[in-house]
Amino acid sequence: MYESKRLGYLFVLPFILGILAFNLFPFAASFALSFTDYPLIGSPTYIGLENYEKMVFDDDLFWKSLTVTVSFALIVVPARLAVALFIAQVLNFKLRGINFFRAAYYLPTILGGSIAISVMWKFLFQQKGLVNIILDTVGIDPIPWLASERYAVWTIVALNTWQFGAAMVIFLAALQGVPKSLYEAAEIDGASFWQQFRNVTLPIITPVIFFNMIMQIVNCFQEFNAPYMITEGGPLYSTYFMAIYIYDEAFKYFNMGYASALSWVLFFLIVAIAGVLFWSSKYWVFYSGEKEKAR
Amino acid sequence: MSSETIATALPKTRIPSNAEVLRTQRRERISLTLRYLILGSVGLLMLYPLFWLLGASFKSNQEIFTTIWFLPRDLTQLLDFSAYYNGWMTRTEFTFATYFLNSFLIVIPRVIVTLISCTLVAYSFARFEYPGKKLLFSIMIGTMLLPPIVLRVPQYLMFKELGMIDTYWPLILPSAFAVDTFFTFLVVQFLRGTPRDMEEAAIIDGCNALQLLWHIVVPLLKPALISVALFQFIWTMNDFIGPLIYISTVEKYPVSLALKMSMDVSGEVEWANIIAISIVALLPSLTVFFLAQRYFIEGATSSGIKG
Repeated sequence: MYESKRLGYLFVLPFILGILAFNLFPFAASFALSFTDYPLIGSPTYIGLENYEKMVFDDDLFWKSLTVTVSFALIVVPARLAVALFIAQVLNFKLRGINFFRAAYYLPTILGGSIAISVMWKFLFQQKGLVNIILDTVGIDPIPWLASERYAVWTIVALNTWQFGAAMVIFLAALQGVPKSLYEAAEIDGASFWQQFRNVTLPIITPVIFFNMIMQIVNCFQEFNAPYMITEGGPLYSTYFMAIYIYDEAFKYFNMGYASALSWVLFFLIVAIAGVLFWSSKYWVFYSGEKEKAR
Repeated sequence: MSSETIATALPKTRIPSNAEVLRTQRRERISLTLRYLILGSVGLLMLYPLFWLLGASFKSNQEIFTTIWFLPRDLTQLLDFSAYYNGWMTRTEFTFATYFLNSFLIVIPRVIVTLISCTLVAYSFARFEYPGKKLLFSIMIGTMLLPPIVLRVPQYLMFKELGMIDTYWPLILPSAFAVDTFFTFLVVQFLRGTPRDMEEAAIIDGCNALQLLWHIVVPLLKPALISVALFQFIWTMNDFIGPLIYISTVEKYPVSLALKMSMDVSGEVEWANIIAISIVALLPSLTVFFLAQRYFIEGATSSGIKG
């Protein structure tokens, strides 16, 4: 029966229809719309490259949101991966209660994207919120986290780093898959803990680091909920991420054409970075006989 | 170097001396203590804010903004649920009962259609052979990297054309077509890892495809399907930008939009109320997570590693 092509196509049919209607068609439409002026009333007018020209030469807000988004990703992706790998490494031991800790650290990842957490986060970083209360007890003057152009983005960075659980769970599984014999061999050769980590662990888990990196980058470039809720893009656009700009253009001002152009620039950025990573992977991602197992 | 070559390179008679054993044991004890210290303090750092907020929902504004300890000074305040009551009633004409009901009206259908469509499509990918399967499969992988943000505008225009704005259809319908490819992929990977013996036996016994799917494949897939249902439940509860774009009538707001509204209406003054209702908003997800955290971790792990 599994040879039946008809049945195979029948079962995959929903996916074919769905991917065409909800992904590939919108994907192409968004590209086409990016060359139009479309204020939602009436029909789109073709204006060539005007949207892109305006963006590059004439739109400070675009450059601002691009800078904000890129620098955010440059901080959050390494921070998240470093914390995730560190905690996974600490957990990778004959520990009692490993399941408890793993669940506790994964919890923020599950809840972190919710509006409820954003509301609470806003509250922690109030002028008199918990963070400043703690700073006060160690003798540091309160910081106007949400009101300052300089510090506001750090509240979002903190929230995102707090959600390192997904990457950690994946790292932990990879670490548990490193053959014990390699460590025993390194031990006999007198390798220190740090040398073992550097020369045994790291090379073997590079495919997983690579995977996590790609996923986190795609993720971070689309950050919306937290800056929309906590800082509302401000103050002075210091947390005005690309995703918020696109949302505002599309659903606040109904500039569908310009919003499409903006989203394509964001898409290109993600593709370009992923492309560079894929290209560079042949220099630092280590595939051995483990390839089948790790991928 | 493989482990065998290392093993043969060692002198076979070498037995560790007592001193050596003691040294290793001591090193392991130190390492263990250090690990617990790190795990404990990082855990405290991560989870304390949540406890503090829980306590804050029982405090007066004055007390919230002065104390670092999470319990209120006067412990009898813990019996006073007025912040919860006020938060639940909101300052609008609707209570959170309406908003929770709305959320479930989105979440439950969406979870069901996700399960059905993912199972069908994953079954096709994992068991059948047909021309074009490889291409379809790579498209599926590709869309996992496609940021949803690029699709928002045309999708909105499409649902507008279909007259579905301000209904729950745009939030549910796509899932009925297995476009949440992360889930389909998770089920495919799981199914590929399960043996076909039972199915082959059932085919010989004359089962048709649907019987086979329902009686044999679905029971096998149960752990993976539970992971899918749980993730979809929580992600849909958390979803904010979807309802923000498509739902405009307050009466139809799900919890996430209602929270944003409560915040805008009374946020800066009635802190305890807002915190209280935020905690309540997290309860469904929290309950699901604690009842089934094993499935979350397994789901997250398998999709990543096998991915």
